[in-house]
Amino acid sequence: MTQPLTPPPRKNPQQRTPTPTLPPMPRSRAALGLTSAAAEGRFALQVCAECGAVSYPPRDACAACLSTDLGWRDQPAGGQLLAETTIRVSPQLYFRQRMPWRIGTVKLDAGPVVTAHLHGDVPRAGRVRMAARLDRAGQGVLVALPAEETPHMEDDPLMRSLTCDPKHRRVLIADGRNANTPALIAALHDAGAAAIYVGMAEGWRGAPTLDAEILPLDVTDAASLARMAGEYGGKTDILINNARHLRPGGVLAGDPVRAREALEVSALGLMRLAQAFGPGMAARTADGTNAAVAWVNILSAHALIPDPAMGGFCAAQSAALSLSRSLRAEFRASGLRVMHVFVGPTEDDWHQPLPPPKLTPQALARDLVQGLRDGLEEVWSGDVAKDIRARYAADPKVLERELTGGGA
Amino acid sequence: MSVLEPLLAGLATGRVRVVDLTHTLDPDFPVIILPPEFGQCARFRMEEVSAYDHRGPGWKWHNISMNEHTGTHFDAPIHWISGRDVAGGAVDEIAPEAFVGPVCVIDCSAETDPDFLLEPAHIEAWEAAHGPIPGGAWVLMRTDWSKRSGAAYLNMAEDGPHSPGPSAAAIEALLARDIRGFGTETVGTDAGQGAHLTPPYPAHFLLHGAGKLGLQCLSGLDQLPPTGAVLIAAPLKIKGGTGSPLRVLALLEDA
Amino acid sequence: MTPLPYDGVVATAPVSVPYQRYSQETAHWWIAKALRGVLQAAGLEKSALDGVTVSSFTLFPDTAVGLTQHLGLCPRWLDHIPMGGASGVVALRRAARAVQAGDARIVACVAGDTNRIESFRTLLSSFSRFAMDASTPYGYGGPNASFALLTDRYMTEFGATRTDFGRLCVAQRANALRYPGAVMKRPLTLEDYLAARPIADPLALYDCVMPCAGAEAFLVMREDEAARRDLPAARIAATIERHNAHAEDPIQLSGGWTLDRDRLWEAADCAPQDVDLVQTYDDYPVISLLQIEDLGFCGKGEGPDFLRARDLTVTGDFPHNTNGGQLSAGQAGAAGGFIGLVEALRQVTGRAGPTQIAGARRALVSGFGMINFDRGICTGAAVLEAA
Repeated sequence: MTQPLTPPPRKNPQQRTPTPTLPPMPRSRAALGLTSAAAEGRFALQVCAECGAVSYPPRDACAACLSTDLGWRDQPAGGQLLAETTIRVSPQLYFRQRMPWRIGTVKLDAGPVVTAHLHGDVPRAGRVRMAARLDRAGQGVLVALPAEETPHMEDDPLMRSLTCDPKHRRVLIADGRNANTPALIAALHDAGAAAIYVGMAEGWRGAPTLDAEILPLDVTDAASLARMAGEYGGKTDILINNARHLRPGGVLAGDPVRAREALEVSALGLMRLAQAFGPGMAARTADGTNAAVAWVNILSAHALIPDPAMGGFCAAQSAALSLSRSLRAEFRASGLRVMHVFVGPTEDDWHQPLPPPKLTPQALARDLVQGLRDGLEEVWSGDVAKDIRARYAADPKVLERELTGGGA
Repeated sequence: MSVLEPLLAGLATGRVRVVDLTHTLDPDFPVIILPPEFGQCARFRMEEVSAYDHRGPGWKWHNISMNEHTGTHFDAPIHWISGRDVAGGAVDEIAPEAFVGPVCVIDCSAETDPDFLLEPAHIEAWEAAHGPIPGGAWVLMRTDWSKRSGAAYLNMAEDGPHSPGPSAAAIEALLARDIRGFGTETVGTDAGQGAHLTPPYPAHFLLHGAGKLGLQCLSGLDQLPPTGAVLIAAPLKIKGGTGSPLRVLALLEDA
Repeated sequence: MTPLPYDGVVATAPVSVPYQRYSQETAHWWIAKALRGVLQAAGLEKSALDGVTVSSFTLFPDTAVGLTQHLGLCPRWLDHIPMGGASGVVALRRAARAVQAGDARIVACVAGDTNRIESFRTLLSSFSRFAMDASTPYGYGGPNASFALLTDRYMTEFGATRTDFGRLCVAQRANALRYPGAVMKRPLTLEDYLAARPIADPLALYDCVMPCAGAEAFLVMREDEAARRDLPAARIAATIERHNAHAEDPIQLSGGWTLDRDRLWEAADCAPQDVDLVQTYDDYPVISLLQIEDLGFCGKGEGPDFLRARDLTVTGDFPHNTNGGQLSAGQAGAAGGFIGLVEALRQVTGRAGPTQIAGARRALVSGFGMINFDRGICTGAAVLEAA
């Protein structure tokens, strides 16, 4: 049984904040397929397109038939624990700080035998449920979980090291004026967040009443960010950047003023927010139960490919996605995770003229919190976002024509 | 006989005081709010270009950005549709003499209704006390609204902002006196609910249609006497500009 | 097809360069010491070497090629054998065939590694691609955890106990106390073994080899050449080699020896009970049990019973790893794949000194190498006889 985590005591101001360390980062190109699956929470393995053999560890040719046509496919998650060990000594700094560490040999229902991190509630020689998760180096690893949910299983030290669970953590939501903020607050409260701070730009306009601590903060104003980061940067464990600026308009019929506003909020706002809060969070990723753990950017799925009716907005979203990926790389050494939550049209003022389906704030909040609990990097929230992701992966040109007329 | 020499002497002795009627340009200073589907007034923003560092070792400077109508600012006639055809109605075209002139201050600070409207009767009462408003005068409506901050400044409600301003009749009355321009301590020359007057936004519509100037977001009008001060409000010389942030100064002669 | 016997070819001039726990020297330095040792032992000039095999983990960025220029060698036959614990047997096989075919006259087989404070950690991070992708990220401190998993499974499957492994380790320590080159100099009792601090359950301190610096070498030449130079030598009765056997087994409980052992004993014209000593590759005791089973001394899973009934010391009825093996003499990188072979050469030529088994004429040497991911890939074995 997992011991439930207790709220962490207040930080001892006389104690040095531990320097973050990472598990081993290097992987072969083939193994990055596992990272890719883990980033979306999928349990996938290489499958030979010719003979169907399932491979592990990742390789460049099928060990059954030497075909080099290997793709990653989702696999059944069941497995049988064959052997286990509890490692008590390791030369790797990251694991030394987390000893003892339990791992096991699992015979997968999918075929291969793998080494996996073992959840504490997995019984000896028991059945397991496999998952691919990102470790603190941002690389995919295999985790063997209890076959059935167990009480407080998310509090297992292994899970805490892989996921970004909001429980006992302090969360900053950047834009209190976004229509999704109340639902985010509610979902984070339900998830056991220790504190929720909400940024509120332009308090002089009046502010909605929210069940959170309101901070004057405007992503277009570096001075306000510097001020708030000075006060709250050291106790922001999860930052959710939900700031965006959406006005319709493409290129010819669009408006550079509005496009610039969109860029100021979505793209440069992200950069300013990162410059203000990023360094402090990156320095606190090994700071105990409520260590800083994740940076969340809520982005339009049209960051991948534009809806031309909202060309300026989509350009800003693309720019934000690009900056976010750079930021992710810059956070890599700290282990701070950058999670994207991609959305299609959302249930708000600016999508009011659009027909359904539209993503409700509650559904977005649910997916976002689940993404944190699973430690994901890429979350596709709602049917439209999932659809765009799948079609983009299949063929961006086909998707482009379908979005711009030309698909019958 | 020199005119400027006694002025300079007065400045040197402190008999002539220079009073600043300007709000600090600050990213958090309110601007006018329009319905979201309209273009919006850009807030003041300032970004460091260098600060005696690797970006410029020996100097510090900023890039700033804002709307022409951000902070304490000037409205030129072409700001409003009624003034679009006013000859020389852009800030770069207005003769510099227009920026300096006598100032009359109508004190409405005792009014407690946030939707208070300045009416012709108030102007007549003021003239009864202080004499007629001279032609070419700046007329400022003192409300002490500049002492408000945060949400109290726009005083926004579900039905829009609530702040004092002039009625259409009051503006007509001032235009009849051939004033130079009209100024307020609120975010615009019009009342918060000015959209619901006839014509909508009467100060903007009537003043600029008549080629007159507007000053808004003025600060500290309580420092000015009803008459006798000189106001200096010179906008940046922006080509085709409809307005400009200002540093508004008043010269006061102590009795 | 039955392979040709190694008629007329011998191994000789066994040399062990005394191990050190840590060394600031390089693999090149250690290999040079070993090469000079075999040349001195055989009374040869360097120029007489016309064949060389090299095994080392810490030679990077060099291989056997760079070493020829570094050490001024001019061989007409050269091999680099990166097979870890199987390197000794494989080097012997390669060299013997080269000499037999006339590709080389005198081959030096050498293995050596240094051990700097940081080099073990460096080696782990670049050991193999599968290790990089599928074991290193799981907290592995090198092979400890891999062998912990195999040991855990072996114990579950066959009812082996920690005491079974402990008896093997304790016997090897007793042997090491006779061997001047051993890194471990203190006696070890079963109580010490069982009370040792855990490393990776069920493995504890004395189940794990101690990485160290050192080198081992021997020469392969024609039997008449050795006789002319008056060198005590050992004939190569038979050898086997196998890689990536039993890939379908979910966890390694058998090695490649099972595929080839019948051929080994047949070629050697003897049976397991006919050998005077057994040198297994012993980075962890479970692997020695696998070899004893897979090479035919007992059935699968019977290793614990087999060992309970025997004395594994130099003076016992089943002399095993007579110089303490890697568990007590230390693991000097790739030299760990040579230590048993070099000691066996000393034994069957009667030159083992304090560890000498009276009348030892025939030895079985087994090799096991390279935990590429979850199991050792390379296996090999050789039967050596006094010439």
